[in-house]
Amino acid sequence: MSAAETLASSVRADAPPAISLKGVNKWFGALHVLRDVNLDVALGERVVVCGPSGSGKSTLIRCINRLEEHQEGQIIVDGIELSNDLRSLDAIRREVGMVFQSFNLFPHLTILENCTLAPIWVRKMPKKEADELAMEYLTRVRIPEQASKYPGQLSGGQQQRVAIARALCMKPKIMLFDEPTSALDPEMIKEVLDTMVMLAETGMTMICVTHEMGFARTVADRVIFMDRGEIVESGEPQSLFSNPQTERLQTFLSQILRGH
Amino acid sequence: MSDITANTTLHSSSAARRAPVSLVGPMAWMKTNLFANWWSTAITLALGYLFIRTGVGFIDWAFVNAIWTVPVSPAGIANTEACREAKGVGACWAVIHEKHRFILFGTYPYDEHWRPLVVCFLFIGLYIVSAMRRFWRWELALIWAAVLTVIGVLMWGGVLGMTYVPQERWGGLPITLILATFGLAFAFPVAILVALGRRSNLPAIKALCVLYVELIRGVPLISLLFMASVMFPLFLPEGMNIDKLLRAQVAIILFAGAYLAEVVRAGLQALPKGQYEAADALGLSYWKKTGFIILPQALRLVIPPLVNTFIGFFKDTSLVLIIGIFDLLTAGKTAIIEPAWQGFGVEVYITLGLIYFLFCYAMSKYSAGLETELNKDRRR
Repeated sequence: MSAAETLASSVRADAPPAISLKGVNKWFGALHVLRDVNLDVALGERVVVCGPSGSGKSTLIRCINRLEEHQEGQIIVDGIELSNDLRSLDAIRREVGMVFQSFNLFPHLTILENCTLAPIWVRKMPKKEADELAMEYLTRVRIPEQASKYPGQLSGGQQQRVAIARALCMKPKIMLFDEPTSALDPEMIKEVLDTMVMLAETGMTMICVTHEMGFARTVADRVIFMDRGEIVESGEPQSLFSNPQTERLQTFLSQILRGH
Repeated sequence: MSDITANTTLHSSSAARRAPVSLVGPMAWMKTNLFANWWSTAITLALGYLFIRTGVGFIDWAFVNAIWTVPVSPAGIANTEACREAKGVGACWAVIHEKHRFILFGTYPYDEHWRPLVVCFLFIGLYIVSAMRRFWRWELALIWAAVLTVIGVLMWGGVLGMTYVPQERWGGLPITLILATFGLAFAFPVAILVALGRRSNLPAIKALCVLYVELIRGVPLISLLFMASVMFPLFLPEGMNIDKLLRAQVAIILFAGAYLAEVVRAGLQALPKGQYEAADALGLSYWKKTGFIILPQALRLVIPPLVNTFIGFFKDTSLVLIIGIFDLLTAGKTAIIEPAWQGFGVEVYITLGLIYFLFCYAMSKYSAGLETELNKDRRR
């Protein structure tokens, strides 16, 4: 993918931010995993988070739908502040889709059931409508013919595409990707990335934790580099990658590039 | 593909072939497994001899030399002379022939025995219907409620022209089936709630569940039954009396619940964290997550230990004999108290064992089938 293919930006800076983190801190025991993180993500913005392992990038996006609890600071998603109030949490989780590194499909349900469960029981959608919606998204991720199979019968790449379709069936406003290609064989990475690019083209607000720099260059409006729990640098992919300001990012980029 | 078909002759040597004849068939199997070398042959022959010796001995005792009936005097006293003479040589099945109604139904009024008989068939019918997956709908709960009501009406009577039979006179197989069925049917939901409670984030609920499991598991079932039958009534206000069978039933439910809870918890523990997170991320509420995602997977994982516990408790119901409830085993024991039949316990216990075995074996066969059926999705 070359820089010429970069997607047109769909950022709507005029609207209030889709996600807003102010002074967020989190500890795992004595380990300070998020240090004073401030981040605003605009509606329609596509953000890629990168950084060495253990830098807190997964924890950061898991805090956004409260799979992890932050201990200090404020997180506002879609205008609702994350707190211990279960009702506001449910409201946020309805609007935020998540794709995991290890797919986490429900193995006892068929592909179609995986996709329709939440729309039917959370969105209260009639079953027929949910089925149609699911088939539409499965077609979009190019596996409609697998709808009646079980997750165990699919390849890793196919499973991850189902996971994306499952999240989309909830019609979320924001999508979080937690290293979606890290558990995949190399030949399957592309099919998942293509699906994500396709999603980006629709103007979805996305935060992706990934090491796929090609994807970042093509899709991201902004790349955030994290190290040791803090945001070290952020900016447009071109300038950030070609002109890193800090030594930490330089080291990280040289390691990533050497690996490729 | 096309170039392979073009070169069929070249590839024919690697095509699937049948195994050589000398490697298949019963003869080859025996040769490799039973008579592979001299000591294997020696062990085979020795075991074969023992097997045939005991087998022939048992058949002689149980069938060839067995006495099936004995004359009974008009006063109802059996003449067991023939049985006493054949003792040690042949079985005296006459005791079963004479006493089978007492063993099966205990002290239930003789003329009303059709009622517990129908109850037993209702129970078995209920098991069969519940075992079929196509009946796994919410209506099944209604069927259960209806059948259990009918069972209660039949046992107690007092309506529809049936005479009233107090619970003290119930006995035999119906008691065993009542204790086991109600026991497990109520203990299972209790167990699920307790297992979920032990993993709860709410400290009070968690502590309560831990306390329940540890307390109940820490005492023998016998002492629980004693408490239910002897101590519990002391705490009740005067004049109030809860049925003894019901008290034993509650003790069994509490006991089975604690054990099953730990089995269920093992299943909850075994599920990967990602399943919980995926359900959370989709916005499923706690109960929907538990009902649709967690329990269906967790319970499938623990079918073998679950059935293990079920079978154990089916047999443990026989412990109610110590508080004077007439279950199948107690009825069997009592049947041979009569002087004429004293000393024929072996035949009675073999019969009782066979009845218990039939129920337990059916459970284990069914669970094995269920396991393969439900874990289909794990096969590729």
